[in-house]
Amino acid sequence: MEKLSGKDLRLTAAKVRLLAVDAVYTAASGHPGGSLSCADILTALYFNEMNVDPAQPKWSGRDRFVLSKGHCSPALYAVLALRGFFPAEELKLFRSIKAHFSGHPDMKNVAGVDMSTGSLGQGLSTAVGMAMAAKLRGQSHRCYALCGDGELAEGQIWEAAMAAAKWHLDNLCVFVDVNGLQIDGRTADVMPTEPLDRKFEAFNWNVLKIDGHDFDQILSALQAARECQGKPTVILAATVKGKGVSFMENQAGWHGKAPNAEQYAIARAELEAAIKELEEN
Amino acid sequence: MAGKIATRTAYGETLVELGAQYPELVVLDADLSGSTMSKFFAEAYPDRFFDCGIAEADMTGIAAGMAAEGLKPFTNSFAMFAAGRAYEQIRNSIAYPQLNVKVVGSHGGVSVGEDGATHQCIEDFALMRAIPGMLVCCPCDGNEMRHTVKALIDYEGPAYLRLQRLATEVFTDELPDYHFALGKGCTLRPGSDVTVIATGLMVSKALQAAELLAAEGISVRVINIHTIKPLDEELVLRAAQETGCIVTSEEHSVIGGLGSAVSELLSEKCPVPVLRHGVNDEFGRSGTAAAVLDYFGLNAEGIAAKVREALKLKK
Repeated sequence: MEKLSGKDLRLTAAKVRLLAVDAVYTAASGHPGGSLSCADILTALYFNEMNVDPAQPKWSGRDRFVLSKGHCSPALYAVLALRGFFPAEELKLFRSIKAHFSGHPDMKNVAGVDMSTGSLGQGLSTAVGMAMAAKLRGQSHRCYALCGDGELAEGQIWEAAMAAAKWHLDNLCVFVDVNGLQIDGRTADVMPTEPLDRKFEAFNWNVLKIDGHDFDQILSALQAARECQGKPTVILAATVKGKGVSFMENQAGWHGKAPNAEQYAIARAELEAAIKELEEN
Repeated sequence: MAGKIATRTAYGETLVELGAQYPELVVLDADLSGSTMSKFFAEAYPDRFFDCGIAEADMTGIAAGMAAEGLKPFTNSFAMFAAGRAYEQIRNSIAYPQLNVKVVGSHGGVSVGEDGATHQCIEDFALMRAIPGMLVCCPCDGNEMRHTVKALIDYEGPAYLRLQRLATEVFTDELPDYHFALGKGCTLRPGSDVTVIATGLMVSKALQAAELLAAEGISVRVINIHTIKPLDEELVLRAAQETGCIVTSEEHSVIGGLGSAVSELLSEKCPVPVLRHGVNDEFGRSGTAAAVLDYFGLNAEGIAAKVREALKLKK
C-alpha cells in the first residue's frame, strides 16, 4: 500500500472515528472517549509509518504495535479493518458473544493484533520484550506502543521505562495519548502523572511533545524517533478526549459509555459531515 | 544414593545444557540470579540472559513480548514474587494469549527457612492452578527436575515450575519403576490400605512415612505428582478405587494446591476420604528450614499421623 499523507490521512482518521463510534453504539458498550483521542495517532501509524501486510498478519518483518491502553480497541479494530486486515462489516459484532472481537484486543483471534492487552500498565512491558527480541535477533523492524496518560499511574510502566533505557531500545517508540482525563475525572486530580516530559527524560528516554491531532507533527515526531539512536523515544501527544464528537469532547463521562440512539444520531451526523467535507475539498 | 542437590541447582545446570540446542531459549531474572541459579545460564550465555532488576511485573511482561516473537523465555524469581507479585501479569499477558513462557518460582514453600513468612510462598500452586490452561509443576528431586526442564522446553504454552531452596537427596534415579512424563504421576511404592499422594519436598518424606507405617502393618501406596496441573486423573482415581482413602502431602497451603486438586477430582468421580497434609490456613515463620518444616509437621511423622486419621475414616 502506498503511504497516505495530508488530507488522505485526515479523511481516513475521520472514517476510523465513525467506525469506532458505530462499533461502540452497536455493542451498546465500549470506550469512545479515548478511541477518538488516539484515532489520528493510530491512523498515522497504520497508514503511513508502519510496515505491515494485511495478507500476512504474522509476517516476521512487520513493524509491531501494542495498544497498552487496550480499552481503545474500537479505534484499533477500526484502523485494522480499514487497513484491510478484516472487513469493516465484522465490527458490527464488536463485544458480541457471537464473534471474536472481545472488548479488549485479543491477539489470538483478531488479525493484525500483535499483543493481547487490556489490563493497564502491562502492554508497555510486552512491547519492550518485543523490541528486545528484535535486537537479539538483529531484526530491523520497529516496535510501537500507545499508552494513556492515566495509565501512567501504573508502576509497571516505569519499570518498563527503566528497562527500555537499560537495553537502549531505539527500535521502540511509544505514544502517550495525553488527553488529561480518565474514568474518575481529570488525571491532574485523580493522580497527577505530569510532568511527563521531565519524568521520561529522567528515565533516559528521547522525549518529543506534539499536538496529537496534527498529522504533520505526528509524522515529524515518528521520523525523529527513527533517527534517534541508543534510546527509546516517547512521543507525548496532547489530545482531546472524545475528539470529533462535540458533546463527547473533553468529557470524562464519555470514557467508557455508549451513546443512546439520539446521541448516536448526532455523533454520526457530525462524523459524516467531517468525512464529507474532507472528500469534497 | 546419588548425593544431595537442590532442585534449583539442577534446574540452573539443565538450562545451560539446553542453551546450545535451543537458540531461542532466553532467561530472565529479577535480581536473584545467584539464588534462582539462573546465574549458570547468565555465565554461559550472557547474550540471552536479561536481568530485569527488582521488577517482577515488568520481567513477566517482557517475557510475554519475547514469547510473542517466538523466543522461549524462562522467567526467574522467588516463588513469592514470580507467582505472587506478578500474578496478574502472568494471567493477562502470558496465559490469556497462551504465550510460551515458563514462569519459574524458586524458594517455594516454607523450607526457605530463616527469611520467614514474607518469602515463604505457600499459595503458588493455588494461584497458578486457577489460571486457565496453566501447567503447574513441582519436581521432587534433582533428577526429576532435569527431566522436567527438558520436557518443559518442548512444551508449547504457559507453565509454572516451582524450585526448592534446600539441597536434598536425589532418589528417583535409583527407583526401579521410576519414569517421567509431563502430566503423568508415578507410583513410587505399591500399597493397598491407603495412598499418599505427594509433591516436591514431601515425596521423599512420604516414602519415609510409608516405611514407618509398614512397621505398624499398614500398607501405604506412594504416588509422586510432579505435574499438579493437569492432574494425572487416571492414576489418582485408580488409587482411590484400590486403596479406599487418600492423604495428600505438599509444602503448600492446604487450600488450593495438590490437596484441593485431588479432592476436587475425587469428590466428583470417586468419593473416598481425602485428608490434606500441608500448611493449614496460616503464614510461615522464621527458623532453620528443618525447624520450620518440623514446626508445621511437614515431615514423615506428620504424614504418618494423617494416614492413621484417614484410615479411621475409611469404610
